Amino acid sequence: MKNLYKIIAVSGGILISVMVFAQQRFPRPDFESGYQVPSPTAPEPRSASIEIIDVILLFAALSLVTWFVLKKRSRKGILYTTLFSMIYFGFYRNGCICAIGAIQNVTLALFDPGYAISFTALAFFVLPLLFALFVGRVFCGGVCPLGAIQELVILKPISIPVGLQKALSLIPYIYLGLAVLYAATKTDFIICRYDPFVGIFRMDAPYHMLILGGSFILLGLFIARPYCRFLCPYSVLLNWMSSSSWKHLSITPAECIDCKLCENSCPVDAINKPVSEPVSSSRDVRRFLLLVVLVPFWVLIGGYIGSKAHIYLSRANHTIQLAEMLITNPEVRNDPENLDVQAFLTSGKTLDELINEAELIRENFNTGGWWTGGFLGLAFGLILTGKTLFRNRKDYTPDKGNCVSCGRCMTYCPVGTPGYEMLIKKEIESDN
Amino acid sequence: MEKENKTKGQKRREFIQKSTRYSLLIGLGGLTGLVLPKTRTGDWVWQIDPFLCTQCGRCADECVLTPSAVKCVHAYDLCGYCDLCGGYFKPGVTDLHTGAENQLCPTSAIQRSFIEEPFFEFTITEDLCIGCGKCVKGCSSFGNGSLHLQIRHDRCLNCNQCSIARNCPSDAIKRVPAKQPYNIKGDFTKS
Repeated sequence: MKNLYKIIAVSGGILISVMVFAQQRFPRPDFESGYQVPSPTAPEPRSASIEIIDVILLFAALSLVTWFVLKKRSRKGILYTTLFSMIYFGFYRNGCICAIGAIQNVTLALFDPGYAISFTALAFFVLPLLFALFVGRVFCGGVCPLGAIQELVILKPISIPVGLQKALSLIPYIYLGLAVLYAATKTDFIICRYDPFVGIFRMDAPYHMLILGGSFILLGLFIARPYCRFLCPYSVLLNWMSSSSWKHLSITPAECIDCKLCENSCPVDAINKPVSEPVSSSRDVRRFLLLVVLVPFWVLIGGYIGSKAHIYLSRANHTIQLAEMLITNPEVRNDPENLDVQAFLTSGKTLDELINEAELIRENFNTGGWWTGGFLGLAFGLILTGKTLFRNRKDYTPDKGNCVSCGRCMTYCPVGTPGYEMLIKKEIESDN
Repeated sequence: MEKENKTKGQKRREFIQKSTRYSLLIGLGGLTGLVLPKTRTGDWVWQIDPFLCTQCGRCADECVLTPSAVKCVHAYDLCGYCDLCGGYFKPGVTDLHTGAENQLCPTSAIQRSFIEEPFFEFTITEDLCIGCGKCVKGCSSFGNGSLHLQIRHDRCLNCNQCSIARNCPSDAIKRVPAKQPYNIKGDFTKS
């Protein structure tokens, strides 16, 4: 009989509503057997004090690499730090939080008044840039777990033609622009979503991301650090900082003797060879000036294209997707399989409210499109202008913007080694 | 001595480098200054608001972990300890035995144990639970709604961008302060 009553009660429950959270349909029983009602367990997340350890370790690793690069000049030391970073920040901490992804947290903190960024994320964003401004990209060479996993698989790097390098170096700007746009419009964190290595660190990833990560590693056997050079959005910022850094890794400990031994040592093509400045003709100057004058036009053209593309760009946003779907296909309302539509219908929001919300977001995308496009236009114009600049160089020097401070070239330099000293001694003796 | 040997071009280049360096430093400092008032000590974690959750089932599939870090949590305080549990049995079951064909849970993660006539306790075996929310749907439709989905922080990797939050159709997954990492029904009321 008891069961029958319950079945009646249950069917009543179905009739009332499936979606309404009716609480205490059945009163809490009074137990006679002395049974104690347990309370649900709540395992604590990683405590905040351990998050501070991440920041301390980041700072320590950056300082250590700086010491290895500038004072100790030890490639081995850099390599061991890289290995440690890959194990700790990569495999142990599962590649999160990382400096690259922190770009989006900082952006979101700037644009979303309701979002409070954690101190860890801000520190991960600022510290590597600060170090780059003072001593070059030591973060890339020794601390970044994504850099580390690529560093360790470099097998036989091939050199990439300068023109192609310049062209490909525009991709990180596009990636950065889009990442900031999508983070600012609260749409998505694309850097995290398309991080090819995080799946490897987690040892768990969707199939397509595993394929992507695998292909980057395979590509990395022959094209050193493909993600760092041609994709990483953070590399854009690091490049700016490092280009005018206060100090930087130097290939030789003393005077460069132009022995050419280091010429092919750099896997990322970041060694500038000695060139003597060609006598600049008035044509060169005119070309340079023309390109400088053109820069504002690139900015305008980029901004225009960006604003024209804003409708396509905005389709990544969940609200806009939903609103578009409900407007173009009103019959999806009856599709029980369409979870997004069903969730919207049960949320109690009206279609007009949704459309208003979507229109606001699209307006943000329009503004964001102008900014992103303008930024890309500026980057394009400056890269183009930069190509016409010549620098007089006597010695082999690292390209401060692109050098990732891996320290390989230092081991190639003979200056200061015992063999070199002996050779010099012999030369002096034979001269005498 | 060395300074005097520098050509005009070198001096100019140095000046440009120095001024770029300082402007970059100021820029970085400015950005940090803008963001710094918004920082909070302590971290954020992701959590499900059980009152917004529609038990769509995506939590089971979209989490970067397999099986998902989302598990069913039982707020015993709210439970009616029913014999015929809407979260445990498939709808329409009349013969209340614990055979697999009767169970709503696809992985048999709910344990049903007898307390006293006519009450039964239901416990979730977290290692088996995949966070599909089928039992939650059953419990909130037919029962008290004491079963609900929560992100378990002993498993959650706390990704910068939560994959299930992005795919949640009802925006039920939000960042919450790490000091109050759960929205467990019972000690958490709809505000």
